Amino acid sequence: MDSANIDQIIEKHRGKPGDLIHVLMEIQHQNHWLPRDVLHQVAAALDIPFSRVLRIATLYKTFSLTPKGRNEVQVCTGISCHLRGANKLLDAVQRVTGIKPGETDANWRYSVDTGSCLGSCSIGPEIIVNGTHHARMTPAKVEDVLKDYQ
Amino acid sequence: MQIDGREVKARDDMTVLQAARTAGIHIPTLCHHEKLEPFGACRMCMVEVEARGRKNYVVSCLYPVAQDLVVRTRSERVDKIRRVILEELLAHAPNSPELVALAREYRADRDRFEKDASFCILCGLCVRYCAEVKQKNAVDFIERGARREISFIPEIAAKECWDCQECFALCPTSYAQAAYFLTEALAFPGRRKAGVANA
Repeated sequence: MDSANIDQIIEKHRGKPGDLIHVLMEIQHQNHWLPRDVLHQVAAALDIPFSRVLRIATLYKTFSLTPKGRNEVQVCTGISCHLRGANKLLDAVQRVTGIKPGETDANWRYSVDTGSCLGSCSIGPEIIVNGTHHARMTPAKVEDVLKDYQ
Repeated sequence: MQIDGREVKARDDMTVLQAARTAGIHIPTLCHHEKLEPFGACRMCMVEVEARGRKNYVVSCLYPVAQDLVVRTRSERVDKIRRVILEELLAHAPNSPELVALAREYRADRDRFEKDASFCILCGLCVRYCAEVKQKNAVDFIERGARREISFIPEIAAKECWDCQECFALCPTSYAQAAYFLTEALAFPGRRKAGVANA
């Protein structure tokens, strides 16, 4: 994502301190992470102390202060998915992507994370890729699902 | 209203803590400061209030006064609440003078919980003093839950902190000072008292 896009988002909220979370969310969704210099821009534009921007950006799990890959893979490790084999599913995801939860691969293709619970117990075990739920996953199906995300 | 059996008069906009202090009744606090907004973080000022026949345990620094309120600043339960809070805080900062003094008063066992020496008890005095009184916002809370901690923001701290350092004296555990110098060592060239280096 280019910085013109980020500037546009920040401009839209200039001078409105109450919009902090919205700005950060929009940038997070487009850019997949929040670089420190962007947070400085946000603080200046919204007239908020930089420390408060950091406080909010580190408080919510939505925000990432480290670079994330193009595709965000979340594996549910909640109790229902766990009982239905989430561990083996996670192993398969790690094998296909080559990275562990919390990591990003060298080509910026995937970031893997775990979550419990992702809220779809009746259709577990599940993984979520870029917000799309993949239900009733098996370790065998993981490669098939993930290969579509470049 | 009544505090510890004494009739106490208070203005409508006062908190129970303010009313008690005005009347000369002591309630222990850690995160309270006259110049700052009440925060309610340390829970040391917990008291028993009784209104309309019901007992409740509230933090007096946030609880507004009301007519016919009956407040007890010491009771077996209140003391126990304070004791457990102290024991938990002492796991983080076992040698804080304020905590040690209070622990003696409330017979808190310093070794009850396994030591987790984070030194910060998250009272927020440094954070709020910097934001409300100095309006520099050089130090703030980051992260959440068990990983929440104070953090000096290098970009601001490098410019503001050396000439102020006022939060160091407020900190009940000396951690604010430690956190500042740690940030300085990692993130920006610090300053030192003149003349010492050449001596």
